[in-house]
Amino acid sequence: MTLTSPTDRSILTHDATGSPVPGPAGPVPRRRSLVVGLGVLRRLGAALITLWGAATLAFFAQMALPGDRATTIFNIRAGQAIERTPEELAPINQAFGLQHPVLVQYLDYLGGLLRGDLGTSYQQFRPVTAIIGEQFPSTVVLGLTAILFAWILMVLWVTLTAGRPAWVRSLGAFVDTATAGLPHYWIGILLLVVFAAGLGWFPVISADKPSGIVLPALTLAIPLAGFLGQSTRTEFESTLGQPFVTTARLRGLGDATVRLRHVLRHALLPAVTLSGWAIGATLSGAVIVESLYSRRGIGTVLVNAVNQQDLPVVTGIVVLVAAIYVVANLLVDALYLVLDPRLRSQA
Amino acid sequence: MSTETVDSPPSGRIERDRPSRQRALTRIAARPGLILATVFAALFVLAALAPGALTRTDPMALDLGHSLAAPSLAHPFGTDEQGRDLFARVVHGTRLSLGIGLGAAAVSLALAVVLGSVASLGPRWLRAVVSRLIEIQFAFPTLLLALLLVAITGPSAVTQVFAVAIGTAPGYARMIRGQILQAKGSAYVEAALALGHPQGAIVRRHVLPNAVRPLVSVFAMSIGQSIVWASSLAFLGLGVAPPSPEWGALLDAGRLYIVHAPWLTVVPGLVIVVLAVVATTLGNHLRLALERGER
Repeated sequence: MTLTSPTDRSILTHDATGSPVPGPAGPVPRRRSLVVGLGVLRRLGAALITLWGAATLAFFAQMALPGDRATTIFNIRAGQAIERTPEELAPINQAFGLQHPVLVQYLDYLGGLLRGDLGTSYQQFRPVTAIIGEQFPSTVVLGLTAILFAWILMVLWVTLTAGRPAWVRSLGAFVDTATAGLPHYWIGILLLVVFAAGLGWFPVISADKPSGIVLPALTLAIPLAGFLGQSTRTEFESTLGQPFVTTARLRGLGDATVRLRHVLRHALLPAVTLSGWAIGATLSGAVIVESLYSRRGIGTVLVNAVNQQDLPVVTGIVVLVAAIYVVANLLVDALYLVLDPRLRSQA
Repeated sequence: MSTETVDSPPSGRIERDRPSRQRALTRIAARPGLILATVFAALFVLAALAPGALTRTDPMALDLGHSLAAPSLAHPFGTDEQGRDLFARVVHGTRLSLGIGLGAAAVSLALAVVLGSVASLGPRWLRAVVSRLIEIQFAFPTLLLALLLVAITGPSAVTQVFAVAIGTAPGYARMIRGQILQAKGSAYVEAALALGHPQGAIVRRHVLPNAVRPLVSVFAMSIGQSIVWASSLAFLGLGVAPPSPEWGALLDAGRLYIVHAPWLTVVPGLVIVVLAVVATTLGNHLRLALERGER
């Protein structure tokens, strides 16, 4: 074991930021593009391994269900908890391929995933993809609206309060930290009590009404805005002291223009990275929010499935969310190249 | 602190002690947040250990004549649909809620320490495998990982502890791995290596203590986070079930009355938020104190 090998260091710099760290500029441009290309390949490989790991975890989670699986499936379907005869179980074993050895089942499962097949629900005897497919759009709309709201809230709040007199600055930072830590259910309850039950501006049960999305999306957006605001604020305040900001001011640009056109662009970079991560967190928050506001969506499906121990549906959603997380993070890396010209010239 | 002998100090020490004591006092007075957090923490501990000291009302006593009563002098937090006093229920639920939070935080950090140190100190191939494993777990949002476990074992307090622990462990494991790698790459380890110390001793004496010390404050903070996650599970009806006065179960039970009796959900939620803030504040101060101690 070597304690300080060069590879250790490179792992550290790569992971500590979670972002593509531009390697030290090589002397020859061609070699540099090779390095970038290898980096892209490495990230793709890592993404694939993560997906495979997620699928494996999902498969073994299904195996981990206590008791005989065919009996469990039969009982979940019938809503009873009794022993079954082998004759009764045979069709179920057949349908789910449970008579095969575990390895065969595992390969079947992986093969199915590649074809876009997430398995069959124990409870509804329908493909999991069909169940998720019906509900997913509603959750995606909620999640994207929430991220949009979060960015609007965060950009407004940070631009208004960062780099101002000390008390404004600390108020700004305090609000960031406080909101970032609030549990989704509590924000949701407060918004519901004040704006739906109290003021009657929005429906209590949001269902599918267009106005019904405002409170659920805000519930998800408020902690996210606080979370994104924390890193944006730090970056914003350090950028304010950069020479190019002074140059911009010397060119006679007003404070608002400097903040919006020059500083913000730099300060948003960490928030972009975190947004990739936030998609996963938002989906997880959607579980709570959909349940609270009685909204359609995969969160509601998930809670029902967990209650019924309908594992294929649970693992299907888990695999889907992991896949979204992986893809989102790849996209974020790509977005970095668009947003930061310095990286583009290196790539 | 050196001010404990202040009642009858040896005459020589009093001159030296006074300024430092004054400094300590001003330092504490300058941090009203710390005092407030300590007071609340003491209240939570008291409620967990001796709930009877805070309220004489039976948390299970029904009083159908006063069901869904708004907060008042007689019932500071209001009453639920069966007329049970919410304040008494919150106080009596503290033990289980804190227990779940403590348990989950302990299991989570234990898992994280094992994963994080293997991922940074193990043989090269194992390091790669476990690091990847941590990244894979990281792709699952905390709540989803927790729900997966609940789906397998069914809801209960014990499941809640392990579900929250497994959900939160990857983040901490990643942090510990980073800490150890940082310590490994530091100048004092290089110096120890150059002096020819055996590697096992370096890891034991230099790397692990430096990597693990920050965990004290992380543990304090993670208790608050664990309670938030555990109560989220319970809020979904997948934790301790009502009529238990566990805080998450209170939220779950109060959801039906969110329009007509909002205090049934707002108040337990507020208590959980206060606990999370207290845990974070104390954890932060602990971290600062540890950093001061290092210097």
